[in-house]
Amino acid sequence: MSTWMPWKIAQKEMKVLRRKKSVISYIIALPLILSVLFSLVVQNDIVSSSGLSPDYQLGLDSLTYFFVVFAAILPASIAAYSIVGEKIEKSLEPLLSTPTTDGEILLGKSIAAFLPPMLAIWAGASIYMAATDYLTYGLLSHLYFPNLTSGVMLFLLAPLAGIFSVELAVIVSSRVSDVRGANQAGGLLFIPFMAVFLSAVEGTIPFDAETLLIFSGIVLVADVALFFVSTSTFRREEILTKWK
Amino acid sequence: MTEKEEEARLDMIETENLTRKFGDLTAVDNLTLRVDEGEVFGFLGPNGAGKTTTVRMLCCLISKTSGSARVGEFDVGKEEDALKIRRIVGFVPDNVGLYDSLTAYENLDYYGTLYRRTDSQRKESNEYFLKMLGLWEKRDTMAGTFSKGMKQKLAIARALVHDPEVIFMDEPTANLDPEASKGVREFILELKREKKTIFLNTHNLDEAERVCDRIGIMNTKLMAVGTPEELERSVRGRRTEIQLRQVTDAILDSLKKLKLRNLVREGNKLTVDVVNPEEENPDMVSAIVGAGGRVESVTVAGSTLEDAYLKLVRDAP
Repeated sequence: MSTWMPWKIAQKEMKVLRRKKSVISYIIALPLILSVLFSLVVQNDIVSSSGLSPDYQLGLDSLTYFFVVFAAILPASIAAYSIVGEKIEKSLEPLLSTPTTDGEILLGKSIAAFLPPMLAIWAGASIYMAATDYLTYGLLSHLYFPNLTSGVMLFLLAPLAGIFSVELAVIVSSRVSDVRGANQAGGLLFIPFMAVFLSAVEGTIPFDAETLLIFSGIVLVADVALFFVSTSTFRREEILTKWK
Repeated sequence: MTEKEEEARLDMIETENLTRKFGDLTAVDNLTLRVDEGEVFGFLGPNGAGKTTTVRMLCCLISKTSGSARVGEFDVGKEEDALKIRRIVGFVPDNVGLYDSLTAYENLDYYGTLYRRTDSQRKESNEYFLKMLGLWEKRDTMAGTFSKGMKQKLAIARALVHDPEVIFMDEPTANLDPEASKGVREFILELKREKKTIFLNTHNLDEAERVCDRIGIMNTKLMAVGTPEELERSVRGRRTEIQLRQVTDAILDSLKKLKLRNLVREGNKLTVDVVNPEEENPDMVSAIVGAGGRVESVTVAGSTLEDAYLKLVRDAP
């Protein structure tokens, strides 16, 4: 596998994405809207004239965690769009007839599905964290962000969730023939991530870096398992003879 | 063609008992054929005859179940040869499969990249093909806005950006209006003049006859192969049409005694399959006149490719 070919494929995918205004605005707007919304929540519900609410740590970390949830949803939409879109345009067959390997195509599409939403999520999270630090610095006398928990969330769990999301979208894309169907199936991805969040809020599990590291390990194992399934799904023979 | 030229020609595509099964269904059954370098080979057959499956196997898109095949000097089915084969072939699928949200230029350029062409090679070939197709002025227009004919021509150009040795085309004029079909056919003829080897899947008999050097008729198995003229002659020979003033029972009884092949009456016209009209026609005319008939005209018609095709496909087991 050449190193530059997946990148060339990803560049073309991103060029197509840029021209789909609805898709690109969805990817960029959502994390940015979240960052503004969460900053307002911090200002109104966590910070008050008498100080910080007693469970402010859980509140701030919970809001950060929502960026992880979106990292599990957004890349799936792009990947589904990229693969199902090619099925609809019937452009997969000529693409597969070129001297590119299945791995190069899959990696190129995965990069294009993973990178833009992840960058948008990191940008959104950065805005949220900067706003939070601005609002809480006077009360805490130190910067709340960045911290270990948010680092694990944004630089370990979120990328792993994004990879999970892309791999699952590849598998789902082989079974559906329209983007909406793929998106609906991809939307279910938020369930395991929300389950962890709800367990933490209810106090069933602690919401700290250690727990998130364990959860990241579980997602990593799932990523490895799904890697084998998605690469065996995204094979020329499978695509041309078995995909719907 | 001189003997020297004949020797210089190589088999560009060769298959030997090539077979593909999908479960219990045999899509391609023991296909054995050869396509010469610089030849336009038409692959005729009804829907589901295995034409697309054959092309997909030869382009290393799907695997073969058994048999062997070679494209250029590379073996189909050998893992290490698959990429090499895809480098020397260009493929035009039955659906154009262009990127609607990329411009005509970007579509070609992307494929040039996938074929590992350098920047200057891509620039040169993109310009060459877009000008050749009359699309240069629309190079920055999204392919999605093109007419079907323009899209199809662009799809053919896309398959040529890397200067392939063999071009596989799967129904390139299907779903096109007559004018667009003509444009695509002229483009194929231009490629033929450039001595490109073309493997053309089609069920358009007229197109096959106009464009192809040789034709293979396929219906899961290869039923026949030859030049269009050879196929027309081999399958049904020729046909004599006799126009009479009036056909009577006595004339028909008299003709039946000659043990003719496929005697058909349409009003006052009789049609008979003949192998040697120079010998058989005088006997028929004598029999008619002897039975009191009056012959207005006798016409000898050759069988068409359509006759040959229908006969082979319908008679297939």
